[in-house]
Amino acid sequence: MSAQAPLAPAPIEVAAPATSPAEAGLFEPVIIGFTCNWCSYRAADLAGTARTKYEPNVRLIRLMCSGRLDPTFVLKAFAEGADAVLVSGCHPGECHYIEQNYKALRRFQLLQRTIEALGIEPQRLQLVWASAAEGVRLANEINRVTDEVRALGPLNWPAGNIVDLDGADLDAAWEATGGDAGGPPATPGGANPQHAVEATR
Amino acid sequence: MSPTAKPAAKPAAPKAAKPKAAKPKLAIFGAASCGGCDIAIVNIHEHIVDVANAFDIVLWPTIMDGKYSDIEAMADGEITITLVSGSMRTDETIHLARLLRQKSQFVVAFGSCASEGCIPGLANLSSRKQILDTTFTTSSTDNPDDIRPIYEYQAPEGVLHLPQFEPVLRTLDQVVDVDYTIPGCPPESKQIWAALEAVVKALNGTGPLPPKGSVLGAGDSTVCDECARKRNVKHISEFVRIQQVASFDPEICLLEQGLPCNGPATRNGCGALCPAAGAPCIGCYGAAEGVVDYGARLMSAFASVVDATKPEEIDKVLDGIPDPVGQFYRFSLAGSLLRSGRAAWQNDGE
Repeated sequence: MSAQAPLAPAPIEVAAPATSPAEAGLFEPVIIGFTCNWCSYRAADLAGTARTKYEPNVRLIRLMCSGRLDPTFVLKAFAEGADAVLVSGCHPGECHYIEQNYKALRRFQLLQRTIEALGIEPQRLQLVWASAAEGVRLANEINRVTDEVRALGPLNWPAGNIVDLDGADLDAAWEATGGDAGGPPATPGGANPQHAVEATR
Repeated sequence: MSPTAKPAAKPAAPKAAKPKAAKPKLAIFGAASCGGCDIAIVNIHEHIVDVANAFDIVLWPTIMDGKYSDIEAMADGEITITLVSGSMRTDETIHLARLLRQKSQFVVAFGSCASEGCIPGLANLSSRKQILDTTFTTSSTDNPDDIRPIYEYQAPEGVLHLPQFEPVLRTLDQVVDVDYTIPGCPPESKQIWAALEAVVKALNGTGPLPPKGSVLGAGDSTVCDECARKRNVKHISEFVRIQQVASFDPEICLLEQGLPCNGPATRNGCGALCPAAGAPCIGCYGAAEGVVDYGARLMSAFASVVDATKPEEIDKVLDGIPDPVGQFYRFSLAGSLLRSGRAAWQNDGE
């Protein structure tokens, strides 16, 4: 925590920490890590048994194979608050399921292009190969990715809260425009008696 | 296109429906749409008479006169079915969608715009400023004084309002509760009639009511399932654009021939018209049953069949898809997991 290193001649007044949490080193990214059962998850396991320390920012999820990684998982992670996604699997040519990690590689490369076009830095999606014996390597890579993402800052993708963008509170807008005396439907499903109250999605 | 401003209060003809007792009311509202959905409805040909017989049409701005004030004067749930055929682009369309939701028993997201954003949803890659700049300044528009829309104008008679752009375009179900979805850009006319018929039958008590959230007027598989082309190999070594190749084999899967065909992720129901005509599926029927994110499914499918294992080789193949968002989210960006590009929600560039 050597974040208070003087960047410029300090102003005279003792300013309250005007730095943002990120600048003060307080931003801790949330990284979702997808690991494969046969190599990278075991590498993480090995790192643990060997007491190799790595950043706690990564939340590891075990898949049977990196080829199981549906791009949906990655997009959902971003949409629901992850700052980065780390995909890892067996080294090329060493997949437990022969060649599925090549599929993971291709999906990864395609996904990087797509998220970049949507305005997400491609470094927020990273691919790391790690065999079951490479606990230290995986730990180092996790540290590297965490540092990179920390430097990028939070993603804060607002997909779930996009209605609140720009203060566009729909209920308030409804009231402001006069709406209807009764206001918006109290329950989803409106006046439809056939349908119980249930969310569509 | 929705008609202009909301008329203030003019209780004119709410009793036109009175004489005949129990004809269910139908409203058809195009929000941010091109009007193609309305044309598709009219394209059910003589069945349109059946629709007119079965329903009392209370609002259909594209086709007939109808006042928003009449809708406002209705009791909650008075309209039986409302078809909304556009996306939610302005505060006005959102307001009307909520009004119609309140007055309707069933709200149907009709067509791709309402259900997943469609082509207008690609505007979610740009901020409002970028969109207005393109429209009023940087394109071929002759606008030397840089005149821009004013949302509020003080006229001698009172304040006039223009509908205001929302920062992001939304789908209908991101704004109101939606009962059914009829996909397609536009929905195939025969499917429209099938869907309406199902609801009419349910109302008459001669058929089951489709469960809430159902997708009507479409299949529950993929376009590939309906496509007559033969699939053999599972690997493709390059993606090509349709204008780059003189001719394609008429029998074989277009994706196998390198054309990025969206069939693997797209819901069936159209009859696989495009691949049958030699053009790749562009995905207008939206995500197939069970697919959470259309583009993710398609990326998964495309990446699986690329015949390359080295990063550089893969990159070379993927260069054949120069616009990944346009390819994978042409119709579904607003309804996807990420919903928009960063520029739109950051509303930057100002």
